[in-house]
Amino acid sequence: MSELADLYQEIILDHNKRPRNFREMPECTCQADGLNPLCGDEVKVLVRLEDDKLSDVAFQGQGCAISRASASMMTGKTKGRSTAEARELAGRVRDMLVGPEVEPPRELGDLAALSGVRKFPARIKCAMLPWHTLEAALSGRVKVSTE
Amino acid sequence: MPPFDPSEIRADFPILGTEVNGRPLVYLDNAATSQKPRQVLDTMDRFYREQNGNIHRGVHYLSQVATEAYDRAREKVARFIGAPSPREIVFVRGATEGINLVAHGLARCWLRTDDEILLTRMEHHANIVPWQQAAAQTGARIVVVDVTADGRIDREDFVRKLGPRTKAVSFVHASNALGTINPAAELIRLAHGVGAVVLLDGCQSAPHFRVDVAALGCDFFVFSGHKVCGPTGIGVLYGTSEWLEKLPVYQTGGDMIGRVSFEQGTTFLEPPEKFEAGTPDIAGAIGLGAAVDYLESLGLDAVEEAEQRLLEHVTPRLLAVPGVKLYGSVERKVPILSFTMDGVHPHDIGTILDTDGIAVRAGHHCAQPLMKHYGIPGTARASFAFYNTTEEADVLVASLRKIGKMFA
Repeated sequence: MSELADLYQEIILDHNKRPRNFREMPECTCQADGLNPLCGDEVKVLVRLEDDKLSDVAFQGQGCAISRASASMMTGKTKGRSTAEARELAGRVRDMLVGPEVEPPRELGDLAALSGVRKFPARIKCAMLPWHTLEAALSGRVKVSTE
Repeated sequence: MPPFDPSEIRADFPILGTEVNGRPLVYLDNAATSQKPRQVLDTMDRFYREQNGNIHRGVHYLSQVATEAYDRAREKVARFIGAPSPREIVFVRGATEGINLVAHGLARCWLRTDDEILLTRMEHHANIVPWQQAAAQTGARIVVVDVTADGRIDREDFVRKLGPRTKAVSFVHASNALGTINPAAELIRLAHGVGAVVLLDGCQSAPHFRVDVAALGCDFFVFSGHKVCGPTGIGVLYGTSEWLEKLPVYQTGGDMIGRVSFEQGTTFLEPPEKFEAGTPDIAGAIGLGAAVDYLESLGLDAVEEAEQRLLEHVTPRLLAVPGVKLYGSVERKVPILSFTMDGVHPHDIGTILDTDGIAVRAGHHCAQPLMKHYGIPGTARASFAFYNTTEEADVLVASLRKIGKMFA
């Protein structure tokens, strides 16, 4: 039960229920669609880039609590950052989920709530899907798949 | 056949006594694969330990023993589905290979440009993609019959879409994603009325009730061994003698030839050997024979009765869980319950149930067109077998109630 409580922490359930920046963005400058073919989760990440800065980040699509919460927190944490900072953050989330088990770095903030996912290998792709999709959008790719 | 005692039946399945995540396993993913009784495990073990030889080629003792066991398995399977002759049973890897064999063969001997292949929106991907390939090869078109809101093949739409161009009809006997049992005999009769050849996908019917392919009247019937308590890697294609003769060879090589000559060309054996190139899954076929024996020893009518009782127990309890919506609500169903819960994604349901030791499937169930029809990304699916108990059903329902509270 404790692993389950670690996975579905209050903050994850809250972001799942009330996802932030879950909206369209007509003025976006780059976007990408992410697909997890195994479960059918789909996420669209929309970004407005101004002078290498992510001035706005939003997402749309359908997914499980883990992918929705991850996407929701991602939009908040990357808004206002440079593309390099956003990519670095994506790397830190990946390290937290699949790297050696260490205390999540402080700069992850609320994203540390995703650390419980590492105990559920089948769900790591769910948590990473929005981040892969953000990286794809920033690299000018339009489609990305977790397979 | 008198009804059996579930607790005695369960003792036949070693895996049902195990624990998952510290809880007794509640295995409700039978539509994905069934568990195996020790009668099947022992038969296969004994084959490899005491009877292993290659078939149809040896004068030696083991080859003869293996050949006899393989041929006997074919006879058992023929009886199991009511095939008039074991010569109409082709061993394949699974239902998927069976459908590929038929679709590929019909593309070469039957389908022409502008012909129509009639499928339905509730098909498994395995009964869609091979036909798309056949259509691409021949210039034939796929026509799709609609599904009603309660999860039936829309009969009127089926009739409307049948026509003089319809050359092949392929549909599912019982839906893996909804549980619906389709009125196969009637639909087959309608399809034959326009001269179409008919394949029936029996993956979810063969495990749950008595199938009689002769009475159904289909030209082809496929099912997978691993869903009827047999091993993976073995499946069955039934075809009428007429069609198996008409269909061209599929894979070629040893075991399926009469004579091979560089000068005079090569001749092929008669069906079913014509379609069984190379050394087949001998142990798998023998294991499937043992699985069929096991189900027959319980009685297919008793299996159906036990499962229908489970379905009657669990359906109202599941529907009473707040936010649960059931997909597939017709009267005649195999024990498959496909559902969603408001505010909870099927994958989250699957993960949380797993921590309670409950195995279900979450996702699109290889039926993406059907999920699109209902406008949902997927469902959670609890699929029962005769060895499940009402107590297990209650464990599922209690766990779902807990999930509902967690996500409220």
